This record gives sequence, C-alpha cells and structure tokens, in this order.
Amino acid sequence: MSFARTESIEEIKARNKDIIQEVLTVYPEKTAKRRAKHLNVHEAGKADCGVKSNLKSIPGVMTIRGCAYAGSKGVVWGPIKDMIHISHGPVGCGQYSWGSRRNYYAGTTGIDTFVTLQFTSDFQEKDIVFGGDKKLVKLIDELQELFPLNNGITIQSECPIGLIGDDIEAVSKAKSKEYGGKTIVPVRCEGFRGVSQSLGHHIANDAVRDWIFDRLTPEKTRFEPSPYDVAIIGDYNISGDAWSSRILLEEMGLRVIAQWSGDGSLAELEATPKAKLNILHCYRSMNYISRHMEEKFGIPWCEYNFFGPSKIAESLRKIAGYFDDRIKEGAERVIVKYQPLVDAVVAKYRPRLEGKTVMLFVGGLRPRHVIGAYEDLGMEVVGTGYEFGHNDDYQRTAQHYVKDGTLIYDDVNGYEFERFVEKMQPDLVGSGIKEKYVFQKMGVPFRQMHSWDYSGPYHGYDGFPIFARDMDMAINSPVWRKTKAPWKAVAEARLLAAE
Amino acid sequence: MAQNAEHVLDHVELFRGPEYQQMLANKKKMFENSRDPAEVERIREWSKTPEYREKNFAREALTINPAKACQPLGAVFASVGFEGTLPFVHGSQGCVAYYRSHLSRHFKEPSSCVSSSMTEDAAVFGGLNNMTDGLANSYNMYKPKMIAVSTTCMAEVIGDDLNAFIKTSKEKGSVPQDFDVPFAHTPAFVGSHITGYDNALKGILEHFWDGKAGTAPKLERVPNEKINFIGGFDGYTVGNTREIKRIFDLMDVRYTILADNSDVFDTPTDGEFRMYDGGTTLEDAANAVHAKATISAQQWCTEKTLAFIAGHGQEVLAFNHPVGVSATDDLLMALSRITGKEIPEALARERGRLVDAMADSSAHIHGKKFAIYGDPDLCYGLTAFLLELGAEPVHVLSTNGNKAWEHKMQALFASSPFGRNCHAYPGRDLWHMRSLLFTEPVDFLIGNTHGKYLERDTSTPLIRIGFPIFDRHHHHRSPVWGYQGGMNVLVKILDKIFDEIDRKTSVAGTDYSFDIIR
Repeated sequence: MSFARTESIEEIKARNKDIIQEVLTVYPEKTAKRRAKHLNVHEAGKADCGVKSNLKSIPGVMTIRGCAYAGSKGVVWGPIKDMIHISHGPVGCGQYSWGSRRNYYAGTTGIDTFVTLQFTSDFQEKDIVFGGDKKLVKLIDELQELFPLNNGITIQSECPIGLIGDDIEAVSKAKSKEYGGKTIVPVRCEGFRGVSQSLGHHIANDAVRDWIFDRLTPEKTRFEPSPYDVAIIGDYNISGDAWSSRILLEEMGLRVIAQWSGDGSLAELEATPKAKLNILHCYRSMNYISRHMEEKFGIPWCEYNFFGPSKIAESLRKIAGYFDDRIKEGAERVIVKYQPLVDAVVAKYRPRLEGKTVMLFVGGLRPRHVIGAYEDLGMEVVGTGYEFGHNDDYQRTAQHYVKDGTLIYDDVNGYEFERFVEKMQPDLVGSGIKEKYVFQKMGVPFRQMHSWDYSGPYHGYDGFPIFARDMDMAINSPVWRKTKAPWKAVAEARLLAAE
Repeated sequence: MAQNAEHVLDHVELFRGPEYQQMLANKKKMFENSRDPAEVERIREWSKTPEYREKNFAREALTINPAKACQPLGAVFASVGFEGTLPFVHGSQGCVAYYRSHLSRHFKEPSSCVSSSMTEDAAVFGGLNNMTDGLANSYNMYKPKMIAVSTTCMAEVIGDDLNAFIKTSKEKGSVPQDFDVPFAHTPAFVGSHITGYDNALKGILEHFWDGKAGTAPKLERVPNEKINFIGGFDGYTVGNTREIKRIFDLMDVRYTILADNSDVFDTPTDGEFRMYDGGTTLEDAANAVHAKATISAQQWCTEKTLAFIAGHGQEVLAFNHPVGVSATDDLLMALSRITGKEIPEALARERGRLVDAMADSSAHIHGKKFAIYGDPDLCYGLTAFLLELGAEPVHVLSTNGNKAWEHKMQALFASSPFGRNCHAYPGRDLWHMRSLLFTEPVDFLIGNTHGKYLERDTSTPLIRIGFPIFDRHHHHRSPVWGYQGGMNVLVKILDKIFDEIDRKTSVAGTDYSFDIIR
C-alpha cells in the first residue's frame, strides 16, 4: 500500500509534517523541543536533510543507538582476524557483542584467527577497587602462552577503565617492549564517551594511526607495490560483502592489498599506506583514517557504493577513473559481464516489487546507500534516518539519494518509529534486531539491514540477486495474509459496513 | 560466475565456489602474512594436549568464552515479568542496546527497555539529571504502570544513589509521587545475570512490601493459602511458566507467579505490537507477602530474594531447575505438603508416561558420556536427569557457579553409580571446556549456541539446551520442567543420538547399521 502513488508531492510533504507534529505531542515540552530538531521532511535542492545529528540521545527514550565500545570493538577492530581483541572490563559488553555481527573471515579459529572468540578480563569488584592494570599485564602473558600465533593484541576499554583511571597505554607499551615490539593497541572506547557508536569508530581510527601507522618500521612494510594497488576501507564483510566486492575489483584489474576491517589482518593494515587509492565504503566509520592517509601518505580516497547494479556500475567507473585505460576497460568489461545477471534479476523480481515503499533506519552508510538498490527494483524509500550519522552523512543523503518529501528521522526512538510506520504504512521496514519483531507483530514485512537478516552478501553483483530475493520473500511472504484471524476480519468488515 | 537469478546462491554456497576459493587463497598468500600451515597444524594439535590443558587451567587473569552475562540483563529479564513494567537502566546507553538485542535474538521477540543515556558529563557530575529527565520521558511516552530501575557498571563506579535520585526526581515532578519506581543496584562487575535477576526481583518485592521507599506503611502480613512461584532467569521461561501454571491448576493450588514474563516474550503476530503483555499484576506482587510459601525453581537465582521473603515469615523452598522424574516428584510432593492438596491422577499418569518413555529409550542413553555447561541451576537439573537416564555427566561446568554449587554437584554425582567419574567446574569458561573435551572426550555436549564452536573443534555433537539459543528457533516455547518438560528433553537428547548414528553409518556402499527401526 503506497501513499506515494495517490498523493501529490505537496500533499505528501504536508502529511509527513503533520505526522511529525503529532508524534511530538507525547513529549514533555523540553524533550519535544529537542526532538523536533531531529525530524524533518526533505526538500529537494537543499544541501542537507534539515535535521540536527550526532547529539546526545534523550534519557529515558528507547534510543536504538549503541556506544563507543560497540563502535570500536564491535565494528572497526573486532573483525581484524589475526589479532586478539580484549574486552577489558566486566563480562557483559564482550558477551553481548560475541559473534553477533557476522564479520566473515577465513582462518583457523582459536589458533591463528580469533574473531569469534570472546576474550575478557571479566572485572570483579576488586579490580574496580584496586585497578585492572596488573590483571591486564598478566592476561597478556596468558594470551601469549595459550595463543602463540596471534599477530597482535588490542585492548578495548569498557566503561569502568576510564572511570577508575587505569593506564592501559603504559601497559601496552611495556608489554610490547617485553614481547619484542609486538603490536599491542590500547583503545579508549569506554561506552560513556560521545553520544553513540560513532565516537568509537573515530577513536578506533585514531588508534590505527597512533599504534599501527606511527610505529611502522621498514621491516613491517616490506611490500612490493604495483600501480594498481587499492585498499577496501570500511567494509566489515557482513556475510562476505567485502568478498563479493573484492572479486569485482580484481576482475577489473586492480590488486586489493588490504581489506578494512572485515576479513582483514594486521599485515594488511600495515601495507595500506602503500596503496594507490583507498576506496571507502562506510564513510562514517572510516573517513577519519582515510583522510589521515591522504594527508600523511598522499593516498587519495574515493567513496563507492556496491548496492544494486546502478550504483555498482557508477562506482566501478568512478574507481577506474583514478587509473589508466587498462583499468577503465576492465570496469566496462566487468559491467558487461554481469549485465545478463542483472537483467535476469530485474526481470524476475521487479514485477513483484514495483511501487512498493520502504522505510529505513540503520547505521553507517546504509540509510542512503541501499536506496539505489531498491530503486533498481522499482521500489521507493519514503523514510530514512541514521542511528549515528553526522551532518556530512545527511548532506550526502540529500545531494545524492533521497527524493523530495522523504521523511527524515535522526536517532529515531522506538516510540517515534512505531508511530511513523503506523502512519506511513510502508510495504517494508529495514532496520535492526531490536526493531524487527515490533514491526512484524504489527504485520509489516521487515528485513534486518545491519546483518542482512542472516542472509547475504548484499554487496556487488553476486549480492544483488540475494538482496532482491530477500526483499521479495519479506514483502510477498504468504504469512502476512494470515495476521488477521478470518473471523475477526469478517467482524471488522461488518463493523465498517455498519458505520 | 556462479550466481544465478533462477537459483540464487547465498553465502552458504556462494563462497564455496572455485572463483571465491581462489580469491581467498591468493589473499592469504599475498597479503595476510599468514602462518605456515604446518605451524598452524602443530599448534592446533598442541592445543588438544594435556600439557595445553594444564596451562589453560592455570589461567588467572584471562577469561575466554565465558558462559555468563552481566547483572543488568537479569534485572531487565525479571522486570518485564511485571504488569506494564518498563525496565529503566541507569548508566550508559550502549548496554541497553545489548540487553535488548540479546533477549530478542534468543526469544525472537521485541524487548523493551530504556536507558538514562549517561555520557561524559554524567560521569563527572553524576547522573541525577539523566534520571530526572529520563523518568519523565519514559513515563510520558511509554505509559508504564511501573518503571523498574537497575544500574550499569558506569553508574555503580561513580556511585550514583538510586534511592536518593528517584526521590529527588519525584519531587521535581518526573513521575507522580505515588508512582511505583522500584530499584536495584546491579553492578556488572559483581556476579552475573542470575545475580541481577535476584537483585531486581528482591528490589521490586521490597518496594511493595516494605513501604515503597519510605512513602507508605509497610505491609502487615496476613497469611493466606496462596503459593508464590519464581522461575528465575530461564531461557525456557515461556514454555516452563505455562507448564508450571498447568500443574498448579491441575492440583487446584492458588498461586502467584512472581516475575511472570511468559507472555511478554511470546506475543502474537496479529497486527498489534504489545509493548507490555501479561505479567504479575502490581496488586499480586504486593499481596504476595501474604502467601503461605514461596517456591523458587532456581536456588542460585533467588538467594537474596528467598532470604528476604523468609524474613517476612513465609516458608521458602528452592529447586534447581526441576528437570526429570525425581525433580518433578519432589516439586509436586512439596506443593502437596505445603498446600494439603493431593497430587491428581492426571499428573501421576504423566509421570508414568515419562517413565515409560525412559524405559523404552534408556538403552540408547545408558552409559553415554556427557559434558554440560550453563547456569548453575540448569546444570544441576540436567545432570540429575541424565543420572536418572543412566548416562554419565562427566564434565559439568558453570562460569557463574560457585563453591557451594560445586559441593552440591559433587554430592549429586556421589548419589549415583553413574556419577562416579564426574566433576563439577565452577568459575570455568568454554575454553576450559575445550581442553576437557580434548583430553577426556565425551559422547555429547549439552549447552547453549556458543557450544557450536566446541562441537566443530572437538567433534562432540551438541545438544542445544540453555541460554542463549540464537541459531535454532522456538525451543523456548517448549517446557523443560515437569514430566512433560522431561519428555521434551529426552526427545531432544535421543534425536541427537539417532542423528549421530545415522550420520556415522550413512556411507554409500555399506548397508549395515543404517537402520529404519530403533
């Protein structure tokens, strides 16, 4: 059911503005004032979406956001596969983020790769009272003994570490020296820092700069460069996304010398300063280190989008634009090669999805990047927003992705999102696990757009058929015709007729 | 190109294709600085040895793959068991996102909970403003009947005083003076999720029974004939609570389930999202003080709560996850003794059916060796049932089990000839379990979803019972308690045993042991 096809654009805008006003009435005055700044209806031609972002969440509302630890350990560092990432502090943070993000990797878990293990210092009361540095020292010794093939260690600090004043930097330096210059990275990603996971990404990027790049030695960077070397930055390899991306880059003649950070390794991080181009998928989480590499090593970076054939082709050409004709031809060759697959997917799925409307609420880049893929299938995104976006995300969204009249909601909370969906009645909602069951109970088809709902990959040409199939199976599942008991449906129809 | 619009390959098959395998091999060889495969194999073999086990068990600082979560998760789990109750976690907000995700991933249900979203400024100045604004916002938006407050480690480290904060917030008009805001301090660096369950439940009962934080007279206990029942932190809360209600109804016992979250984790899909559903009414929570007795299904989940209740003059009684015949017998007989009600024939017949099933199938289980891990009560209950089945629970490991648990487990082993070579491991984690499985192998492993890596590493087939179960669906809807629950557990174990026989004998070219009849 789509409003978009029956209303004029002015009607849509007016309706969406009314919806926002109505939602705000529930709040105490002070809160309503603050939330009003995060909700808007997009006006075509504007430089951004007209919402405030990257501000503190309001206490007591059900924000969907996480914390800095989630941004650093859960997103940026956690997927580096040959390093051991210590959740330093109490047991919970590591436990809840254990294996939940589907950052696929190849390796022998527990021996030379460690992504799906949960290493923690499991703080007890005495560690809070006496400090955790001594425990950390001992813990690193134990790691070295039990996991001799680890290539490095990171220390991901949880809330208490900063509050009790532990000196994890000193421990890192001392232990690194003791183990012959081993890479041991302290990351100050306590959950109370900043307003969301976003600061955790930034802190994690800074840790790469300070504890990897600033400590590179000729021995670590013995790497034979080629003119076609690129690094994939900001792809976390959710169900293999970075692999279905990498294969295209290699097919067009580039050499991918590093993946950040999905299926990535310490050696790849160390090799990256020799890339000719950094290609950046998740701008939000890794623009910082990309800018740093540009400044310090002179490596240009470009954003790309591998969701859906239109954006894939556009991105392949954009990337090729940084290289010679050989690569440009390679890009065209790849586009031509996959065109029959694209045509077959669109022929099969577009008739089932044409005109369907979608509302999104995700993190990173997805609130904008997946819009093209939906449009390739004839669908329309009528509402979108970021969990932890900044103004530059909303600029990119306004300038390249959303249509006039789209409902925009920054840091939407459970209450607002439910009301918006109730009023807009989209055919599909794309968000996370915390939202999934709420909307399914309401009878609204849903896909988890953080984890691909355990499916995927969605990136690249090999990912697009999976994306299309998944949206079709969600929207057109016969289960949605069963949500109303037939006797109740009959009773409701009678009631309506009687009115 | 392997991908195809007519037969879409997802990650399960796509990356097994030759072009991806080649790509991954090249990446490894050229860019990963990976280890020599022979060296990887050598370390892998070494990690299976008694020598490695010794080093592994000598660990003092490092915890690897613990089978426990932190206090506030248990507090949230208990809080949503009360009518119209919104859990409010005071501290940094990321924690709440984690609790909600964790519970949703297990139950495949929405999980509602708010945070006071404390950040750096609150770390310096304290979280009073966050509490005041937060309570006002939650009260207005989510229209709860009660807001149950617990804490994260952050709020505990800086020492926020919940009692004072809530009082001040009420004075500032965040919520009405008489609105129920029970609270519990639940630092993540003490105990585990079962401690949090205990603290939150005690906090809620204390609120209603002991004068609502000094704002109302304490309740005067007027004993009645009702029985309180507490399930504890339980991944099977949906199936188990309903089974317990059925048993109470069959016995014609009047009861109050305290922290009954069986409906909120099992709402229908019918076009409506129910943020609150079911739960112990606030009236029942208050009146529970008058009950004749309180029965807890989980001793280590309710230690403080039961002590508190006992202090109000009731008889209290704790079980350890009543799985199997004897545990259910004990539960029913205790109920009968306390209430004076007879155990009905219907339950005796159910019992007979479970014994019948065990007699039919015990040949397949007898003498099989098991390893078990999980919460202390669950471990105890499952072990007791395995001993009844003639199985040997060789390693029983509980990361949040303590010395008292260890002693009780050892006593249980000693009570059966099948427990002779069995050991309890309190405070150990799943990396310890890995060493145990390599050095003293067993036939089957029982535990939660995280055991699948142990299954793969050690080739010990995993029977999924516990929390969390993320990678199988709907198990939580079936009880594991009572005779019916025992039947479910028995079938689960047998299915895995038969699947294993089939798997081992499903070899083309041989036609023996791959049997139709068992």
